[in-house]
Amino acid sequence: MSNPIVEMKDVSYTYENKHALDHINFTIQKQAFIGLVGPNGGGKTTLIKLLLGINKLQSGSIHLFGEPIHKFKQWNKIGFVSQKANAFNRGFPATVQEVVSMGLTPKVGYLKFFTKAHKQKIEEAVEQVGMSEYLHENIGDLSGGQQQRVFIARALVSNPALLILDEPTVGVDAENVKKFYDLLHHLNEKQQITLLLVTHDIGTMTHHATDIVCLNKALHFHGNPTEFTRLSEHDLSHFYGHPLNVVTHNH
Amino acid sequence: MIADFFEYEFLQNTLYTGLLIGLIGPLLGTFIVVRRLSLIADALSHVTLAGIAFGLFLEKKYMVTFITPFYAGMGFSVIGSVFVERLRRVYKAYQELAIPIILSGGVGLSVVFISLADGFNTDLYSYLFGSVSAVSRNDFFSILVIAIIVITVLLLFYKELFMLSFDEEHAVVSGIHAKRIHFLFIVLTALVIAASIRIVGVLLVSALMTLPVAASIRIAKGFKQSILFSVIFGEISVIIGLVAGYYFEIPPGGTIVLTSVLILIITILYKRLKLTRLKRKAIA
Ligand SMILES: Nc1ncnc2c1ncn2[C@@H]1O[C@H](COP(=O)(O)OP(=O)(O)OP(=O)(O)O)[C@@H](O)[C@H]1O
Ligand SMILES: [Mg+2]
Repeated sequence: MSNPIVEMKDVSYTYENKHALDHINFTIQKQAFIGLVGPNGGGKTTLIKLLLGINKLQSGSIHLFGEPIHKFKQWNKIGFVSQKANAFNRGFPATVQEVVSMGLTPKVGYLKFFTKAHKQKIEEAVEQVGMSEYLHENIGDLSGGQQQRVFIARALVSNPALLILDEPTVGVDAENVKKFYDLLHHLNEKQQITLLLVTHDIGTMTHHATDIVCLNKALHFHGNPTEFTRLSEHDLSHFYGHPLNVVTHNH
Repeated sequence: MIADFFEYEFLQNTLYTGLLIGLIGPLLGTFIVVRRLSLIADALSHVTLAGIAFGLFLEKKYMVTFITPFYAGMGFSVIGSVFVERLRRVYKAYQELAIPIILSGGVGLSVVFISLADGFNTDLYSYLFGSVSAVSRNDFFSILVIAIIVITVLLLFYKELFMLSFDEEHAVVSGIHAKRIHFLFIVLTALVIAASIRIVGVLLVSALMTLPVAASIRIAKGFKQSILFSVIFGEISVIIGLVAGYYFEIPPGGTIVLTSVLILIITILYKRLKLTRLKRKAIA
């Protein structure tokens, strides 16, 4: 396969006193659907923050869309829903439409205004996540799962080539989790969006992802779900540092 | 008595200036409130007082007239805003520490300049609580210029400021120049405070920027509507407050703020009423 979308080489990262990532080598190919799993504190969020340039690279190299990260400028090619996305101020008076519009702000650029076409795009993104009837409601009045979908719409509205989601299904009920995976599936298959999804829901992941990546400080596994399910219990508990029961759902 | 406002020039200046600050105060105030910076406005107003005291001191002791208290206040306010930014960056985990530091610094400086000038008389009182007769034609034109600057910058950077207010980390990741935009914003705040002080006074200027917003976010849907309602409430407060202040010979700062408090109470009651009615409907 040609030109990976993301290429990390020998990346290590240390917080003031905490070693979080250890010599990570990791690539994401175009149109992959990657499930990033690992125990709490395993460094998943840290890895994403490095990819997004929130945390500065300390050692190793990262290439995004073929460019070294310090030269990379096309951030609107990457959509991101953070683990803390719905930790915003609940009293903030912003409608769903206004929140989603933020996804276009950098693309529209300074000193320019939203046009009719932009508004159209915003409405489409909201529709895509099934939130059209709430377009003019305040985001703070929605449920946690609904808010999460609005944040996905915000990430989608700029037509990203890569969508990164950090534990987006926390606090979402089973039925909506299914809808959510259907949506991801659609984005991945029909719109050729590459996905990097952090989740603890390994069982569901094995049904949807093209790759599973297991991270606990070091990268312990990177392969397809079939290989992953073939791993012995012994290997898994080794990655996690404790025994693990993978529940495989039957869809 | 309302007719007086169209008859006397000084009242006209006051009325037009009042309408301007009733617009830009709550307009900027909406951003200030949602960013939880209400107290910073308060701190900056005390720095402005120090500037005014400095201007009055120069005027009284050295007959300096080209730096009027108004301009000195504005200068101090803008410098104070730069300090606020620096301090907020130094104390990342304790951003609210900037407030007592700047506030007490401002009061301290004010006290020094006031005593150096051997005290002032009624003038200072009007700076503290506002006045219906303190705005000159020149002041009005300066404030008009400030208003135009504030509105233009807010229009041009509306979407970035909105994004920054909602979620700073997300804005930064998306490539918004948070530091520069934030700096622009805090300087605007300083300008609006300096512009509002002649009418509402140092002690109550932050109220004009926050109370109408507090009322509006109870009932508005979305950010634009919050701004719209805030401005409407701000203008109502200014108009009623000015007229009442003039009529009862009370500093307008007091009457304007009390009107905003009244509006706030009404919106809270209105929301309650609406909720109980909804509940009754749901039960029926
Ligand atoms: N800002 C920070 N300062 C210091 N240490 C941090 C910081 N953020 C994370 N860490 C540490 O780095 C390690 C990796 O954290 P990270 O948030 O990347 O884990 P994670 O895999 O996302 O965990 P979770 O599943 O709980 O979200 C943890 O040990 C954590 O304590
Ligand atoms: Mg995490």
